[in-house]
Amino acid sequence: MDITRRDLFTIGGKLLVLASVGATLEQIIGAAAPSDAYKMADHWWGMIIDIDKCIGCGNCVRACSKENGVPKGYFRTWVERYEIEEGKQPRVESPDGAMDGFPPSGRTDVKSFYVPKLCNHCADSPCVQVCPVGATFVSPDGVVLVDESYCLGCRYCVQACPYGCRYLHPDKDTVDKCSLCYHRITQGLTTACCENCPTGARQLVDFKNPQDPVHEFLRKNKVEVLKPYMATGAKVYYKDLDGAVR
Amino acid sequence: MVPGVDGFMYPNEVELQWSLLIVLYPYITGLVAGAFILASLERVFKVEAVRPTYRLALLTALAFLLVAPLPLQLHLGHPERSLEMYLTPHRSSAMAMFGFVYLWYLTVVLLLEIWLEYRADIVRLAQTTRGVTRLIYKALTLGSQNVSPAARIIDDKVGYTVTVIGVPSAFLLHGYVGFIFGSIKANPWWSTPLMPIVFLFSAMTSGIAAVLLLYMASTKVKKMAIDMRCLDTIAKYLFYTFLIDFTLEMLDLIHRTYEADESFRSLDFMVHTRLWFSQVVLQIGLGTLIPLALLAATQLRKFSEAVRRGMYLAACSLTLVGIFAMRWNVVIGGQLFSKSFLGYTTYKVAFVTREGLFSAIGLMLLPFVIFVVLVKLLPPWPENQAVGVSEDHVAAGVGSA
Repeated sequence: MDITRRDLFTIGGKLLVLASVGATLEQIIGAAAPSDAYKMADHWWGMIIDIDKCIGCGNCVRACSKENGVPKGYFRTWVERYEIEEGKQPRVESPDGAMDGFPPSGRTDVKSFYVPKLCNHCADSPCVQVCPVGATFVSPDGVVLVDESYCLGCRYCVQACPYGCRYLHPDKDTVDKCSLCYHRITQGLTTACCENCPTGARQLVDFKNPQDPVHEFLRKNKVEVLKPYMATGAKVYYKDLDGAVR
Repeated sequence: MVPGVDGFMYPNEVELQWSLLIVLYPYITGLVAGAFILASLERVFKVEAVRPTYRLALLTALAFLLVAPLPLQLHLGHPERSLEMYLTPHRSSAMAMFGFVYLWYLTVVLLLEIWLEYRADIVRLAQTTRGVTRLIYKALTLGSQNVSPAARIIDDKVGYTVTVIGVPSAFLLHGYVGFIFGSIKANPWWSTPLMPIVFLFSAMTSGIAAVLLLYMASTKVKKMAIDMRCLDTIAKYLFYTFLIDFTLEMLDLIHRTYEADESFRSLDFMVHTRLWFSQVVLQIGLGTLIPLALLAATQLRKFSEAVRRGMYLAACSLTLVGIFAMRWNVVIGGQLFSKSFLGYTTYKVAFVTREGLFSAIGLMLLPFVIFVVLVKLLPPWPENQAVGVSEDHVAAGVGSA
């Protein structure tokens, strides 16, 4: 088939239009940038977790993995099952981070409960403190983020995190962690893990919003953060957290 | 059940993040600091007996210092971004500041001191050699050909000042490496204010042992007479430094055992299982008690020269093994237990990977290659010292100034 100069211009022009439409659509659909209405200074994000409500189904782990493309074998969030027998060291497990939930324990003579874990988005974050180039930082709305275009992959932050929430992304060679679904919450959505929790055990909260139920939650319940002695300013609060949980 | 894991680890903890290369980093930096501090004994503290090792110690420090950042560089996920540590450093990060401490030490302290020490030799060699060698020496003179007694007096004074600045800098360089680990509150195996000072004394110990071995090896290769007074003096300093180092480490151990805080059971279990060989057998037994006993014996009893040489050789070799084991136990040991204190993981050294055994061996051999080149370029031996402007002249000049 002969292609004339006119054909070439016509096809080229169509391709150009298609490409620009595609790029615009990609920008609209996959947008990670906060919406115009979103003001970072108006928010201070965190999470509340009701341990008694968690059933260890692993929905949150799967949802997070899918939403954020978490590589296999690594976890932005995971769930632990504690089994505590009086006078003994607690037995803890988290098979594949509870990606497929837990096998039945079969034990009825022990205290047993599930503990969902994620980055605590600490206000005085040790991981942020040690990053040699400031690639990991606390955003003005209180989310600890990693700039993967800037991270050296030295993994000092992984060592500094007391909660084991960070890992080196095997494909990107930069550190990765829970971003509190920043691309979602800045669009007015909740996190993937909270959205998919069937019992409402996890709830995204905004401490700066006076209408947020977190204020009543903190006022009416006995709450604790993980490893409070680390003084990291953790912003993930657990209701009725057992003292054995680390 | 996760392979290689006992008990419970947080899921992201199973894989160790800092590998064998990060063991090499404090080990090599320690050798630098130790070698420099030995050199300063002669220059600042006027311990004349160690004079034969002065230049050797400086070249040893430089050879290892040039290699010191390479393990870190190889370890980075994005080595091409490492320059960002200098361009946009995060001021609260201990690691970011290491880049500046390193640069300060390399350029202001070590290179300057070596240049001042060798300047007269360089000028002489630039005049007496030919071809490319001549060009190299000419470049090394940095355009300064003046080696008159007055100029050498200035060299000596500046060199002295640089060494005086260099001693705290060497302390900073390695104490600082200790701080990188000691300031991690999340890790009880590392988090102790003693860490910088333990690192410092272990650095001095390993550096002194390395220079002593290199001195013995050099005299053997060059078929020169060994200066036993020098050897005995270095061994004495090695003994005292090592004793302080061991005391500090034992203080840390006793303190942990007596306090027995939340982490103790976990750490104690680790020392009795996964770290038993590297910590108890290699570090404390073979690498500390035996060399300390050998060095103590040479201080308490009189042995023949040949026996003393043998004892020093054994003590220094074991010391280097012991300090390496110490670095291993700190870096690797600190990652083998879970921060939940409920489980333990395993570390297997890979062979032919970027952070594997072969890379580590290459990185450990590289300083010796650099050392040989440096020795060829800047001979540290007495017979090669500047003929025209001898040390006596300088000393006389200083005396009369």
